[in-house]
Amino acid sequence: MFIKQLSVFVENKPGRLSEISTILEQHKIDIRALSIADTTDFGILRLIVNNPDQAEKSLKEAGFAVSLTQVIAIGIDDKPGGLAKALNLLYNANIGVEYMYAFVSRKGEKAYVILRLEDNEKAVEMFKQNGVELLECTDIYSL
Amino acid sequence: MFWQKELETMNRKELEKLQLERLKWIVSHCYQTVPMYRKKFDDAKVSPDKIKCLSDLKYIPFTTKEDIRDTYPFGMFAAPMNKIVRIHASSGTTGKPTVVGYTKSDLNNWSDLVARLVVAAGAREDDLVHIAFGYGLFTGALGLHYGLERLGATVVPTSSGNTEKNLMLMKDFGATALVSTPSYALYMAEVSKDMGFTRDDFKLRLGLFGSEGCSLEMRNKIEEAWGLFATDNYGMSELMGPGVSGECEYRDGMHIAEDHFIPEIIDSKTGENLAAGEAGELIITTITKEGFPVLRYRTKDISRLNYEVCRCGRTHVRMDKIMGRTDDMLKIRGVNVFPSQIESVLVSCPQVGAHYQLIVRREGFMDTLEVKVELIDTSLLEKYSELEKLQRVIRAKLKTVLGIEAKVTLAEPKSLERYQGKAKRVFDLRNTKEEKFER
Repeated sequence: MFIKQLSVFVENKPGRLSEISTILEQHKIDIRALSIADTTDFGILRLIVNNPDQAEKSLKEAGFAVSLTQVIAIGIDDKPGGLAKALNLLYNANIGVEYMYAFVSRKGEKAYVILRLEDNEKAVEMFKQNGVELLECTDIYSL
Repeated sequence: MFWQKELETMNRKELEKLQLERLKWIVSHCYQTVPMYRKKFDDAKVSPDKIKCLSDLKYIPFTTKEDIRDTYPFGMFAAPMNKIVRIHASSGTTGKPTVVGYTKSDLNNWSDLVARLVVAAGAREDDLVHIAFGYGLFTGALGLHYGLERLGATVVPTSSGNTEKNLMLMKDFGATALVSTPSYALYMAEVSKDMGFTRDDFKLRLGLFGSEGCSLEMRNKIEEAWGLFATDNYGMSELMGPGVSGECEYRDGMHIAEDHFIPEIIDSKTGENLAAGEAGELIITTITKEGFPVLRYRTKDISRLNYEVCRCGRTHVRMDKIMGRTDDMLKIRGVNVFPSQIESVLVSCPQVGAHYQLIVRREGFMDTLEVKVELIDTSLLEKYSELEKLQRVIRAKLKTVLGIEAKVTLAEPKSLERYQGKAKRVFDLRNTKEEKFER
């Protein structure tokens, strides 16, 4: 039910992101989704990949500060209002969003949202009750 | 346990008598053999026989590192070259190195003085000691080497560098004691962890650290990483090398070998002597050295003296851990800042590593201090707010200790440069162009 997400500490200086992606390439790791936000000095790169444990190991070996955290991924209709529907459910259930990012699939009709919530367990229950599609890790890794 | 018990526990009256006798000898020795000293005395209108008691020391002009450089290479040697059996030199980070020479008798005393300090720290004949100081002109490695051999310990002179091999040998030989700089001991612990070793793979029980300052917090980190008892010792090539002072098992100050060195503390600005217990610049007069004696040498190290007899039984005065250098004291916005103060703050924050850099800049007319530290605790990556909170906490602690604002920058783990000898941590860019600074 939970998806493993990598968080990587990245200093704000040239070449860091290209180094990370090169390391992933060398270990044949496929990136499914990513998001990066930055402050003036540093950023945190968040990644969903097909083999999170290997990615964590490789980046650690290369000297990066990396952690694995659990997030949830939901599938929504890829049309106007699709995201609003999911977020309204969270709002009504009073569950705060810490961060989120989305990507669309090649299959066309679905979009996927990675969510880090204040209470992941509660959110999972709530989404289930409301018939929202929750992705298993195997779904994500094989996308 | 003592190495030379009678000398190390001599009562003050006898000790002072011995010091005075030796002081008179060294003053006349310097006056007669070294033109630089003769000129200094003559210029100050001080005759060597003006020294009649220990407090007359204050009439003797100071000797500085510049004096040694000005007489490069051998101008301050007080023995003819055919009596000099060893030459050492200090790293010439600024200009020419300072060169020192030893007679046979100097080397003999040196070995005994180092043996004293390692025994006081807890080293014994059956120790296997790994020396990870850089060998060569630097006095640290050979000084400890000869002293430990004199004690009868087994010495492994691997030198610094090639850390993986050093660790392998330490493990395979079952080293029980380590000689290195404190920062290299921490670096070795990091590498050892990366190699998959735990501290139980090693038999280290004693650390003999020197050549750079070691705060209590840093000492705790080293002890935790290696499971050893860490001791600090002090010396510099101009005075002899290691062996000037060292901690005993109580670690309540470093005992200065007063039968060979007379310490004073002065106000570094006025040159006036300060009372015992006051912090100021440490001044040392060597009273037995033949090859390279120094009179009232300005060490530029800041410390304090404590004349109380130690619980260990040694009567020799104890000096505090070096609180800073008169020349690495940074003046930022008019406030005196010592890197050691910043270090103690950083080592108290487990989320960041023990390596750091201080970067001082001038922006407009304003000095700024940036403190760079490595992020270690990856659990903080969950939220930006956690990382920002960490920066805020460190900034607040620094403000409390230093009295000024500093910018705290988080860097990636192991991204700050590691040093095998003395660590370079301060980058004062106020009078340089920024692009010169590359880390």
